[in-house]
Amino acid sequence: MDETYRGGLELLCDSKKIHNVNIEQQNGEDKLTMKDLLSWIRTNLIKERPEMFMKGDTVRPGVLVLVNDCDWELSGQLNTSLEEKDVVVFISTLHGG
Amino acid sequence: MSASEWEILRELDALKEAKATIARKISALEAQLKQIQLQNDAASNAFSSSSYSTNGLTQDMIHRYSRHLMLPSFGVQGQANLLKSSILVVGAGGLGAPALLYFAASGVGRLGIVDHDVVELNNMHRQVIHTEAYVGKPKVKSAAAACRSINSTIQVVEHQEALRTSNALEILSKYDIIVDATDNAPTRYMISDCCVVLGKPLVSGAALGLEGQLTVYNYNGGPCYRCLFPTPPPRTACQSCADGGVLGVVPGIIGCLQALEAIKIAASVGEPLSGRMLLLDALSGRIRIVKIRGRSMQCEACGENSTFTQQKFREFDYENFTETPLCVPPVKLNLLPSESRISSKEYSEIILKKEPHVLVDVRPAHQFKIVSLPKSMNIPLSTLEVRLPEVSSALKKEEENSGAVSGSSAQLYVVCRRGNDSQRAVQYLHKMGFTSARDIVGGIESWAHNVDPKFPTY
Ligand SMILES: [Zn+2]
Repeated sequence: MDETYRGGLELLCDSKKIHNVNIEQQNGEDKLTMKDLLSWIRTNLIKERPEMFMKGDTVRPGVLVLVNDCDWELSGQLNTSLEEKDVVVFISTLHGG
Repeated sequence: MSASEWEILRELDALKEAKATIARKISALEAQLKQIQLQNDAASNAFSSSSYSTNGLTQDMIHRYSRHLMLPSFGVQGQANLLKSSILVVGAGGLGAPALLYFAASGVGRLGIVDHDVVELNNMHRQVIHTEAYVGKPKVKSAAAACRSINSTIQVVEHQEALRTSNALEILSKYDIIVDATDNAPTRYMISDCCVVLGKPLVSGAALGLEGQLTVYNYNGGPCYRCLFPTPPPRTACQSCADGGVLGVVPGIIGCLQALEAIKIAASVGEPLSGRMLLLDALSGRIRIVKIRGRSMQCEACGENSTFTQQKFREFDYENFTETPLCVPPVKLNLLPSESRISSKEYSEIILKKEPHVLVDVRPAHQFKIVSLPKSMNIPLSTLEVRLPEVSSALKKEEENSGAVSGSSAQLYVVCRRGNDSQRAVQYLHKMGFTSARDIVGGIESWAHNVDPKFPTY
Protein backbone atom coordinates (compact mmCIF):
# COMPACT_ATOMS: atom_id res chain seq x y z
CA MET A 1 0.00 0.00 0.00
CA ASP A 2 1.26 3.52 -0.78
CA GLU A 3 0.79 6.50 1.46
CA THR A 4 1.59 10.06 0.53
CA TYR A 5 1.83 13.07 2.83
CA ARG A 6 1.33 16.59 1.53
CA GLY A 7 1.01 20.14 2.76
CA GLY A 8 3.62 19.88 5.47
CA LEU A 9 2.46 16.56 6.90
CA GLU A 10 5.57 14.91 5.48
CA LEU A 11 7.56 16.89 8.06
CA LEU A 12 6.03 14.72 10.76
CA CYS A 13 7.49 11.52 9.39
CA ASP A 14 11.16 12.12 8.62
CA SER A 15 10.33 14.44 5.67
CA LYS A 16 9.51 11.37 3.63
CA LYS A 17 6.53 11.95 1.38
CA ILE A 18 5.83 8.48 0.10
CA HIS A 19 5.75 5.41 2.28
CA ASN A 20 5.27 1.93 1.00
CA VAL A 21 3.79 -0.06 3.83
CA ASN A 22 2.81 -3.62 4.43
CA ILE A 23 0.43 -4.07 7.33
CA GLU A 24 -0.19 -7.38 8.98
CA GLN A 25 -3.80 -8.15 9.76
CA GLN A 26 -4.51 -8.13 13.44
CA ASN A 27 -6.81 -10.29 15.60
CA GLY A 28 -7.62 -12.53 12.69
CA GLU A 29 -9.83 -9.91 11.03
CA ASP A 30 -9.90 -10.37 7.30
CA LYS A 31 -10.52 -6.76 6.26
CA LEU A 32 -8.12 -3.90 6.89
CA THR A 33 -9.88 -0.56 7.37
CA MET A 34 -8.74 3.06 7.43
CA LYS A 35 -9.15 2.92 11.19
CA ASP A 36 -6.56 0.14 11.38
CA LEU A 37 -4.25 2.04 9.04
CA LEU A 38 -4.43 5.23 11.14
CA SER A 39 -3.63 3.43 14.36
CA TRP A 40 -0.76 1.64 12.62
CA ILE A 41 0.57 4.98 11.31
CA ARG A 42 0.36 6.53 14.73
CA THR A 43 2.45 3.78 16.29
CA ASN A 44 4.88 3.17 13.46
CA LEU A 45 5.32 6.27 11.30
CA ILE A 46 4.63 9.54 13.08
CA LYS A 47 7.91 10.64 14.60
CA GLU A 48 6.93 13.94 16.19
CA ARG A 49 3.89 15.96 17.28
CA PRO A 50 1.13 13.38 16.63
CA GLU A 51 -1.46 16.12 17.34
CA MET A 52 -0.46 17.69 14.02
CA PHE A 53 -1.83 14.61 12.26
CA MET A 54 -4.43 13.03 14.49
CA LYS A 55 -7.19 13.93 16.88
CA GLY A 56 -8.70 11.05 18.81
CA ASP A 57 -8.79 8.02 16.55
CA THR A 58 -9.19 10.02 13.33
CA VAL A 59 -7.23 12.70 11.45
CA ARG A 60 -7.17 16.24 12.83
CA PRO A 61 -9.40 18.97 11.33
CA GLY A 62 -7.94 20.37 8.11
CA VAL A 63 -6.58 17.06 6.82
CA LEU A 64 -8.19 15.56 3.73
CA VAL A 65 -7.92 11.81 3.34
CA LEU A 66 -8.01 10.37 -0.17
CA VAL A 67 -8.28 6.68 -0.92
CA ASN A 68 -7.40 6.02 -4.55
CA ASP A 69 -7.87 9.73 -5.42
CA CYS A 70 -11.28 9.88 -3.79
CA ASP A 71 -12.36 11.74 -0.63
CA TRP A 72 -12.82 9.15 2.15
CA GLU A 73 -16.16 10.80 3.02
CA LEU A 74 -17.44 9.05 -0.09
CA SER A 75 -16.16 5.63 0.94
CA GLY A 76 -17.09 5.53 4.63
CA GLN A 77 -14.27 7.43 6.37
CA LEU A 78 -12.75 5.25 9.11
CA ASN A 79 -14.72 2.23 7.89
CA THR A 80 -13.29 2.40 4.38
CA SER A 81 -11.84 -1.02 3.71
CA LEU A 82 -8.43 -1.20 2.14
CA GLU A 83 -6.93 -3.69 -0.23
CA GLU A 84 -3.56 -4.59 -1.65
CA LYS A 85 -2.08 -1.73 -3.75
CA ASP A 86 -4.56 0.90 -2.55
CA VAL A 87 -3.12 4.42 -2.49
CA VAL A 88 -3.94 6.57 0.52
CA VAL A 89 -3.06 10.27 0.45
CA PHE A 90 -3.18 12.64 3.44
CA ILE A 91 -3.36 16.31 2.57
CA SER A 92 -3.17 19.21 4.95
CA THR A 93 -5.23 22.11 3.66
CA LEU A 94 -3.10 25.10 2.68
CA HIS A 95 -3.93 28.72 3.45
CA GLY A 96 -1.02 30.61 1.95
CA GLY A 97 -0.93 32.71 -1.17
CA MET B 1 20.71 58.45 5.44
CA SER B 2 21.92 62.00 4.79
CA ALA B 3 19.55 64.90 4.17
CA SER B 4 20.66 65.27 0.55
CA GLU B 5 20.13 61.57 -0.14
CA TRP B 6 16.68 61.91 1.36
CA GLU B 7 15.96 64.90 -0.82
CA ILE B 8 17.00 63.04 -3.99
CA LEU B 9 14.97 59.96 -3.09
CA ARG B 10 11.93 62.10 -2.46
CA GLU B 11 12.34 63.91 -5.73
CA LEU B 12 12.82 60.58 -7.55
CA ASP B 13 9.60 59.29 -6.01
CA ALA B 14 7.71 62.39 -7.03
CA LEU B 15 9.08 62.21 -10.58
CA LYS B 16 8.21 58.50 -10.90
CA GLU B 17 4.72 59.22 -9.68
CA ALA B 18 4.39 62.06 -12.21
CA LYS B 19 5.73 59.79 -14.95
CA ALA B 20 3.18 57.12 -14.15
CA THR B 21 0.38 59.67 -14.14
CA ILE B 22 1.47 61.00 -17.53
CA ALA B 23 1.71 57.47 -18.95
CA ARG B 24 -1.82 56.76 -17.75
CA LYS B 25 -3.09 59.99 -19.33
CA ILE B 26 -1.36 59.20 -22.62
CA SER B 27 -2.87 55.74 -22.89
CA ALA B 28 -6.33 57.03 -21.96
CA LEU B 29 -6.12 59.83 -24.53
CA GLU B 30 -4.84 57.46 -27.19
CA ALA B 31 -7.75 55.13 -26.56
CA GLN B 32 -10.14 58.08 -26.72
CA LEU B 33 -8.61 59.32 -29.97
CA LYS B 34 -8.85 55.89 -31.55
CA GLN B 35 -12.49 55.67 -30.56
CA ILE B 36 -13.24 59.07 -32.17
CA GLN B 37 -11.36 58.14 -35.31
CA LEU B 38 -13.29 54.91 -35.56
CA GLN B 39 -16.57 56.75 -35.17
CA ASN B 40 -15.51 59.24 -37.84
CA ASP B 41 -14.51 56.42 -40.14
CA ALA B 42 -17.84 54.75 -39.55
CA ALA B 43 -19.68 58.00 -40.23
CA SER B 44 -17.77 58.66 -43.46
CA ASN B 45 -18.38 55.11 -44.58
CA ALA B 46 -21.47 54.39 -46.61
CA PHE B 47 -22.26 51.49 -44.29
CA SER B 48 -23.12 52.36 -40.71
CA SER B 49 -21.48 50.03 -38.23
CA SER B 50 -24.85 48.97 -36.91
CA SER B 51 -25.65 47.37 -40.24
CA TYR B 52 -23.24 44.50 -39.45
CA SER B 53 -24.22 41.64 -37.20
CA THR B 54 -21.48 41.32 -34.55
CA ASN B 55 -23.29 39.95 -31.49
CA GLY B 56 -22.80 43.22 -29.67
CA LEU B 57 -18.98 43.23 -29.98
CA THR B 58 -17.42 46.44 -31.29
CA GLN B 59 -14.75 46.50 -33.99
CA ASP B 60 -12.14 47.11 -31.30
CA MET B 61 -13.34 44.16 -29.25
CA ILE B 62 -13.34 41.86 -32.25
CA HIS B 63 -9.77 42.86 -32.99
CA ARG B 64 -8.49 42.65 -29.40
CA TYR B 65 -10.14 39.35 -28.52
CA SER B 66 -9.89 37.76 -31.97
CA ARG B 67 -7.93 34.72 -30.73
CA HIS B 68 -10.69 34.00 -28.21
CA LEU B 69 -13.32 34.40 -30.91
CA MET B 70 -11.47 31.94 -33.13
CA LEU B 71 -11.93 29.19 -30.53
CA PRO B 72 -15.00 27.15 -31.48
CA SER B 73 -15.54 26.14 -27.84
CA PHE B 74 -15.29 29.73 -26.57
CA GLY B 75 -16.22 31.96 -29.48
CA VAL B 76 -18.25 35.14 -29.67
CA GLN B 77 -20.74 33.96 -27.07
CA GLY B 78 -18.03 33.13 -24.53
CA GLN B 79 -16.33 36.49 -25.06
CA ALA B 80 -19.63 38.41 -24.92
CA ASN B 81 -20.45 36.67 -21.61
CA LEU B 82 -16.98 37.49 -20.26
CA LEU B 83 -17.33 41.16 -21.23
CA LYS B 84 -20.60 41.33 -19.37
CA SER B 85 -19.26 39.57 -16.27
CA SER B 86 -17.79 40.93 -13.07
CA ILE B 87 -15.11 39.20 -11.01
CA LEU B 88 -13.76 40.12 -7.57
CA VAL B 89 -10.24 39.07 -6.62
CA VAL B 90 -9.63 39.10 -2.86
CA GLY B 91 -5.89 39.49 -2.33
CA ALA B 92 -3.42 41.02 -4.80
CA GLY B 93 -0.56 38.73 -3.74
CA GLY B 94 1.05 35.64 -5.24
CA LEU B 95 -2.25 34.07 -6.36
CA GLY B 96 -4.08 37.26 -7.24
CA ALA B 97 -1.22 38.73 -9.29
CA PRO B 98 -1.33 36.40 -12.31
CA ALA B 99 -5.10 35.95 -12.03
CA LEU B 100 -5.64 39.72 -12.28
CA LEU B 101 -3.30 40.03 -15.27
CA TYR B 102 -5.27 37.40 -17.19
CA PHE B 103 -8.66 38.78 -16.15
CA ALA B 104 -7.67 42.22 -17.42
CA ALA B 105 -6.15 40.89 -20.63
CA SER B 106 -9.05 38.58 -21.42
CA GLY B 107 -11.68 41.30 -21.08
CA VAL B 108 -13.58 40.67 -17.87
CA GLY B 109 -16.08 43.56 -17.94
CA ARG B 110 -15.67 44.71 -14.35
CA LEU B 111 -12.72 43.64 -12.26
CA GLY B 112 -12.60 44.31 -8.50
CA ILE B 113 -9.50 44.07 -6.32
CA VAL B 114 -9.53 43.89 -2.50
CA ASP B 115 -6.32 44.29 -0.49
CA HIS B 116 -5.26 46.38 2.47
CA ASP B 117 -1.53 45.75 2.24
CA VAL B 118 1.38 47.55 0.60
CA VAL B 119 3.86 46.22 -1.97
CA GLU B 120 6.95 44.75 -0.32
CA LEU B 121 10.24 43.89 -1.99
CA ASN B 122 10.46 40.50 -0.28
CA ASN B 123 7.13 39.46 -1.83
CA MET B 124 7.92 40.52 -5.37
CA HIS B 125 9.38 37.13 -6.27
CA ARG B 126 5.81 35.86 -6.55
CA GLN B 127 3.57 38.94 -6.71
CA VAL B 128 4.44 39.52 -10.35
CA ILE B 129 1.83 42.20 -11.00
CA HIS B 130 3.76 44.75 -8.91
CA THR B 131 6.82 46.69 -10.03
CA GLU B 132 9.69 48.17 -8.00
CA ALA B 133 8.30 51.68 -8.43
CA TYR B 134 5.35 50.66 -6.23
CA VAL B 135 7.28 49.32 -3.24
CA GLY B 136 5.67 50.80 -0.11
CA LYS B 137 2.52 51.78 -2.01
CA PRO B 138 -0.90 50.07 -1.72
CA LYS B 139 -1.08 46.78 -3.60
CA VAL B 140 -4.56 47.67 -4.86
CA LYS B 141 -3.25 50.84 -6.54
CA SER B 142 -0.32 48.98 -8.06
CA ALA B 143 -2.44 46.05 -9.31
CA ALA B 144 -5.16 48.33 -10.68
CA ALA B 145 -2.58 50.41 -12.59
CA ALA B 146 -1.09 47.23 -14.10
CA CYS B 147 -4.54 45.97 -15.15
CA ARG B 148 -5.44 49.31 -16.71
CA SER B 149 -2.17 49.46 -18.62
CA ILE B 150 -2.90 46.02 -20.09
CA ASN B 151 -6.49 46.82 -20.98
CA SER B 152 -7.86 50.35 -20.77
CA THR B 153 -11.28 49.26 -22.00
CA ILE B 154 -12.37 47.32 -18.90
CA GLN B 155 -13.56 48.73 -15.61
CA VAL B 156 -11.17 48.19 -12.69
CA VAL B 157 -12.53 48.83 -9.19
CA GLU B 158 -10.19 49.42 -6.24
CA HIS B 159 -11.22 48.25 -2.76
CA GLN B 160 -8.32 49.40 -0.65
CA GLU B 161 -9.38 47.87 2.65
CA ALA B 162 -9.22 44.61 4.56
CA LEU B 163 -12.20 42.33 4.00
CA ARG B 164 -14.27 42.10 7.20
CA THR B 165 -17.73 40.85 8.14
CA SER B 166 -18.79 44.51 8.20
CA ASN B 167 -17.93 45.22 4.54
CA ALA B 168 -17.79 41.79 2.86
CA LEU B 169 -21.50 41.50 1.99
CA GLU B 170 -21.55 44.91 0.39
CA ILE B 171 -18.37 44.37 -1.64
CA LEU B 172 -18.99 40.76 -2.75
CA SER B 173 -22.61 41.40 -3.71
CA LYS B 174 -21.45 43.66 -6.54
CA TYR B 175 -19.71 40.81 -8.40
CA ASP B 176 -20.77 37.60 -10.19
CA ILE B 177 -17.74 35.48 -9.28
CA ILE B 178 -15.39 35.64 -6.29
CA VAL B 179 -11.74 34.57 -6.40
CA ASP B 180 -10.15 33.72 -3.06
CA ALA B 181 -6.48 34.66 -3.39
CA THR B 182 -5.92 35.33 0.31
CA ASP B 183 -3.38 33.86 2.68
CA ASN B 184 -5.07 32.93 5.96
CA ALA B 185 -7.69 30.60 7.42
CA PRO B 186 -10.17 33.08 8.98
CA THR B 187 -10.47 35.06 5.74
CA ARG B 188 -11.03 31.83 3.78
CA TYR B 189 -13.92 30.80 6.03
CA MET B 190 -15.32 34.34 5.90
CA ILE B 191 -15.22 34.54 2.09
CA SER B 192 -16.79 31.09 1.68
CA ASP B 193 -19.64 31.86 4.11
CA CYS B 194 -20.25 35.21 2.44
CA CYS B 195 -20.43 33.49 -0.97
CA VAL B 196 -22.93 30.98 0.46
CA VAL B 197 -25.28 33.64 1.83
CA LEU B 198 -25.00 35.64 -1.40
CA GLY B 199 -25.16 32.57 -3.67
CA LYS B 200 -21.90 33.34 -5.51
CA PRO B 201 -19.46 30.80 -6.95
CA LEU B 202 -16.04 30.88 -5.29
CA VAL B 203 -12.79 30.00 -7.06
CA SER B 204 -10.41 29.07 -4.28
CA GLY B 205 -6.65 28.63 -4.57
CA ALA B 206 -3.85 28.21 -2.05
CA ALA B 207 -0.10 27.70 -2.23
CA LEU B 208 2.73 27.15 0.18
CA GLY B 209 6.25 25.92 -0.23
CA LEU B 210 6.19 23.82 -3.38
CA GLU B 211 2.56 22.76 -3.23
CA GLY B 212 -0.70 24.21 -4.42
CA GLN B 213 -4.40 23.44 -4.18
CA LEU B 214 -7.34 24.57 -6.29
CA THR B 215 -11.11 24.00 -6.31
CA VAL B 216 -14.40 25.77 -7.00
CA TYR B 217 -16.81 26.07 -4.06
CA ASN B 218 -20.52 26.81 -3.90
CA TYR B 219 -21.05 26.26 -7.61
CA ASN B 220 -24.25 24.69 -8.90
CA GLY B 221 -25.09 22.72 -5.76
CA GLY B 222 -21.47 21.76 -5.10
CA PRO B 223 -19.80 21.86 -1.68
CA CYS B 224 -18.67 24.99 0.14
CA TYR B 225 -15.42 25.41 2.09
CA ARG B 226 -17.16 24.41 5.33
CA CYS B 227 -18.60 21.24 3.78
CA LEU B 228 -15.00 20.16 3.31
CA PHE B 229 -13.53 21.65 6.47
CA PRO B 230 -16.33 21.98 9.07
CA THR B 231 -13.81 22.43 11.88
CA PRO B 232 -10.89 24.82 11.48
CA PRO B 233 -7.42 23.28 11.77
CA PRO B 234 -5.35 23.97 14.89
CA ARG B 235 -3.49 27.24 14.58
CA THR B 236 -0.12 25.49 14.73
CA ALA B 237 -1.02 23.68 11.49
CA CYS B 238 -1.46 26.93 9.52
CA GLN B 239 1.86 28.06 8.11
CA SER B 240 2.20 31.32 6.22
CA CYS B 241 4.41 32.02 3.21
CA ALA B 242 6.44 34.39 5.41
CA ASP B 243 7.29 31.57 7.82
CA GLY B 244 7.26 28.52 5.58
CA GLY B 245 8.61 30.03 2.38
CA VAL B 246 7.12 29.62 -1.09
CA LEU B 247 8.59 29.16 -4.55
CA GLY B 248 7.27 32.14 -6.52
CA VAL B 249 6.09 30.23 -9.55
CA VAL B 250 3.91 27.86 -7.47
CA PRO B 251 1.23 30.41 -6.48
CA GLY B 252 1.72 31.73 -10.02
CA ILE B 253 0.54 28.41 -11.47
CA ILE B 254 -2.38 28.15 -9.05
CA GLY B 255 -3.35 31.80 -9.69
CA CYS B 256 -3.39 31.12 -13.45
CA LEU B 257 -5.59 28.08 -12.86
CA GLN B 258 -7.91 30.22 -10.73
CA ALA B 259 -8.14 32.66 -13.64
CA LEU B 260 -8.97 29.76 -15.96
CA GLU B 261 -11.76 28.45 -13.71
CA ALA B 262 -13.27 31.90 -13.18
CA ILE B 263 -13.13 32.68 -16.91
CA LYS B 264 -14.86 29.36 -17.68
CA ILE B 265 -17.65 30.17 -15.22
CA ALA B 266 -17.96 33.77 -16.46
CA ALA B 267 -18.07 32.68 -20.10
CA SER B 268 -20.31 29.66 -19.36
CA VAL B 269 -18.00 27.21 -21.07
CA GLY B 270 -16.60 23.84 -20.01
CA GLU B 271 -16.79 22.07 -16.68
CA PRO B 272 -15.70 24.07 -13.64
CA LEU B 273 -13.56 22.24 -11.07
CA SER B 274 -16.40 21.78 -8.59
CA GLY B 275 -16.58 18.62 -6.47
CA ARG B 276 -13.00 18.01 -7.49
CA MET B 277 -9.72 19.36 -6.17
CA LEU B 278 -6.47 19.89 -8.04
CA LEU B 279 -3.32 19.19 -6.06
CA LEU B 280 0.01 20.43 -7.38
CA ASP B 281 3.24 18.90 -6.13
CA ALA B 282 5.77 21.09 -7.90
CA LEU B 283 8.88 19.32 -6.64
CA SER B 284 7.97 15.93 -8.05
CA GLY B 285 6.15 17.41 -11.07
CA ARG B 286 2.83 15.80 -10.22
CA ILE B 287 -0.67 17.15 -10.61
CA ARG B 288 -3.46 15.08 -9.12
CA ILE B 289 -7.15 15.80 -9.52
CA VAL B 290 -9.17 14.10 -6.81
CA LYS B 291 -12.87 13.66 -6.26
CA ILE B 292 -14.11 15.41 -3.12
CA ARG B 293 -17.39 15.12 -1.21
CA GLY B 294 -20.50 16.92 -2.44
CA ARG B 295 -22.53 19.47 -0.51
CA SER B 296 -22.97 18.29 3.07
CA MET B 297 -26.55 18.26 4.33
CA GLN B 298 -25.17 18.94 7.82
CA CYS B 299 -23.05 21.90 6.72
CA GLU B 300 -23.37 24.86 9.10
CA ALA B 301 -23.26 27.31 6.19
CA CYS B 302 -24.96 25.66 3.22
CA GLY B 303 -26.61 22.53 4.70
CA GLU B 304 -30.30 21.66 4.65
CA ASN B 305 -31.12 23.05 8.09
CA SER B 306 -28.57 25.83 8.07
CA THR B 307 -29.67 29.03 9.75
CA PHE B 308 -26.73 30.96 8.41
CA THR B 309 -28.10 34.30 7.22
CA GLN B 310 -26.59 37.63 6.23
CA GLN B 311 -27.30 38.85 9.74
CA LYS B 312 -25.54 35.87 11.29
CA PHE B 313 -22.62 36.37 8.93
CA ARG B 314 -22.21 39.98 10.04
CA GLU B 315 -22.02 38.84 13.66
CA PHE B 316 -19.79 35.81 13.19
CA ASP B 317 -16.38 36.03 14.87
CA TYR B 318 -13.95 34.40 12.40
CA GLU B 319 -10.86 35.23 14.40
CA ASN B 320 -12.28 33.44 17.41
CA PHE B 321 -13.59 30.52 15.30
CA THR B 322 -10.17 29.81 13.76
CA GLU B 323 -8.17 31.13 16.74
CA THR B 324 -6.21 33.19 14.23
CA PRO B 325 -6.22 36.97 13.77
CA LEU B 326 -7.35 38.19 10.33
CA CYS B 327 -4.29 40.34 9.89
CA VAL B 328 -1.45 38.20 11.07
CA PRO B 329 1.09 40.00 13.20
CA PRO B 330 4.02 37.77 14.11
CA VAL B 331 3.27 36.10 17.44
CA LYS B 332 5.40 37.35 20.31
CA LEU B 333 5.69 34.75 23.05
CA ASN B 334 6.73 35.58 26.57
CA LEU B 335 7.74 32.31 28.17
CA LEU B 336 10.74 33.33 30.25
CA PRO B 337 11.40 35.55 33.26
CA SER B 338 13.27 38.73 32.33
CA GLU B 339 16.49 37.57 34.03
CA SER B 340 16.64 34.71 31.52
CA ARG B 341 16.59 37.09 28.57
CA ILE B 342 18.97 39.70 27.18
CA SER B 343 18.50 42.29 24.48
CA SER B 344 20.43 42.22 21.21
CA LYS B 345 22.24 45.38 22.32
CA GLU B 346 23.36 43.74 25.55
CA TYR B 347 24.56 40.75 23.57
CA SER B 348 26.57 42.99 21.25
CA GLU B 349 28.37 44.37 24.32
CA ILE B 350 29.16 40.81 25.43
CA ILE B 351 30.86 40.26 22.08
CA LEU B 352 32.78 43.53 22.29
CA LYS B 353 33.98 42.75 25.83
CA LYS B 354 34.98 39.27 24.62
CA GLU B 355 33.16 37.65 27.52
CA PRO B 356 33.40 33.86 27.31
CA HIS B 357 30.17 32.47 25.99
CA VAL B 358 28.52 30.08 23.54
CA LEU B 359 25.76 31.24 21.17
CA VAL B 360 23.36 28.53 19.99
CA ASP B 361 21.20 29.44 16.98
CA VAL B 362 18.12 27.18 17.02
CA ARG B 363 16.74 28.08 13.58
CA PRO B 364 16.33 25.32 10.96
CA ALA B 365 19.59 24.63 9.09
CA HIS B 366 18.39 26.12 5.79
CA GLN B 367 17.60 29.43 7.52
CA PHE B 368 20.94 29.42 9.34
CA LYS B 369 22.60 29.19 5.91
CA ILE B 370 20.95 32.46 4.80
CA VAL B 371 22.76 34.53 7.42
CA SER B 372 24.04 34.01 10.96
CA LEU B 373 25.72 35.86 13.81
CA PRO B 374 29.49 35.48 14.24
CA LYS B 375 30.67 32.29 15.98
CA SER B 376 27.16 30.99 16.51
CA MET B 377 26.60 27.24 16.39
CA ASN B 378 23.50 25.92 14.66
CA ILE B 379 21.44 23.37 16.58
CA PRO B 380 17.87 23.43 15.20
CA LEU B 381 15.24 23.33 17.95
CA SER B 382 13.91 19.98 16.74
CA THR B 383 17.34 18.38 17.23
CA LEU B 384 18.29 20.11 20.49
CA GLU B 385 17.37 17.11 22.60
CA VAL B 386 19.80 14.74 20.90
CA ARG B 387 22.53 17.34 20.46
CA LEU B 388 22.75 18.52 24.06
CA PRO B 389 26.24 16.99 24.46
CA GLU B 390 27.47 19.39 21.76
CA VAL B 391 26.28 22.31 23.89
CA SER B 392 28.11 20.95 26.94
CA SER B 393 31.36 20.40 25.07
CA ALA B 394 31.20 23.84 23.41
CA LEU B 395 30.79 25.44 26.83
CA LYS B 396 33.68 23.41 28.21
CA LYS B 397 35.92 24.35 25.31
CA GLU B 398 35.06 28.04 25.68
CA GLU B 399 35.93 27.86 29.38
CA GLU B 400 39.26 26.19 28.67
CA ASN B 401 40.14 28.84 26.09
CA SER B 402 39.37 31.83 28.25
CA GLY B 403 38.65 30.57 31.75
CA ALA B 404 42.15 31.28 33.06
CA VAL B 405 41.80 34.95 32.16
CA SER B 406 38.33 35.79 33.37
CA GLY B 407 37.95 33.17 36.04
CA SER B 408 34.24 32.98 35.43
CA SER B 409 32.33 30.23 33.65
CA ALA B 410 31.15 30.60 30.04
CA GLN B 411 27.61 31.85 29.51
CA LEU B 412 25.07 30.18 27.24
CA TYR B 413 22.91 32.29 24.91
CA VAL B 414 20.24 31.16 22.46
CA VAL B 415 19.01 32.99 19.38
CA CYS B 416 16.44 32.35 16.62
CA ARG B 417 14.70 34.45 13.94
CA ARG B 418 12.20 36.42 16.03
CA GLY B 419 12.69 35.27 19.61
CA ASN B 420 9.98 32.62 20.05
CA ASP B 421 11.83 29.35 19.42
CA SER B 422 14.80 30.66 21.40
CA GLN B 423 12.52 30.90 24.47
CA ARG B 424 11.26 27.36 23.93
CA ALA B 425 14.87 26.21 23.68
CA VAL B 426 15.90 28.04 26.86
CA GLN B 427 12.92 26.54 28.72
CA TYR B 428 14.12 23.11 27.68
CA LEU B 429 17.76 23.90 28.51
CA HIS B 430 16.75 25.06 32.00
CA LYS B 431 14.94 21.80 32.50
CA MET B 432 18.01 19.87 31.41
CA GLY B 433 20.29 21.60 33.89
CA PHE B 434 21.64 24.50 31.85
CA THR B 435 20.06 26.87 34.33
CA SER B 436 21.97 29.97 33.26
CA ALA B 437 20.88 29.76 29.60
CA ARG B 438 19.38 32.99 28.30
CA ASP B 439 17.74 33.96 25.02
CA ILE B 440 18.19 37.05 22.87
CA VAL B 441 14.90 38.97 22.80
CA GLY B 442 13.55 39.40 19.27
CA GLY B 443 16.19 37.15 17.69
CA ILE B 444 18.32 38.15 14.71
CA GLU B 445 15.56 40.51 13.55
CA SER B 446 16.17 42.56 16.65
CA TRP B 447 19.92 42.44 15.95
CA ALA B 448 19.24 43.94 12.52
CA HIS B 449 16.94 46.60 13.99
CA ASN B 450 18.88 47.61 17.07
CA VAL B 451 22.53 46.70 16.56
CA ASP B 452 23.49 46.50 12.90
CA PRO B 453 21.08 47.79 10.22
CA LYS B 454 23.35 46.21 7.58
CA PHE B 455 22.54 42.72 8.89
CA PRO B 456 20.38 41.04 6.18
CA THR B 457 16.81 40.15 7.14
CA TYR B 458 14.56 37.78 5.27
ZN1 LIG C 1 -21.27 23.85 3.00
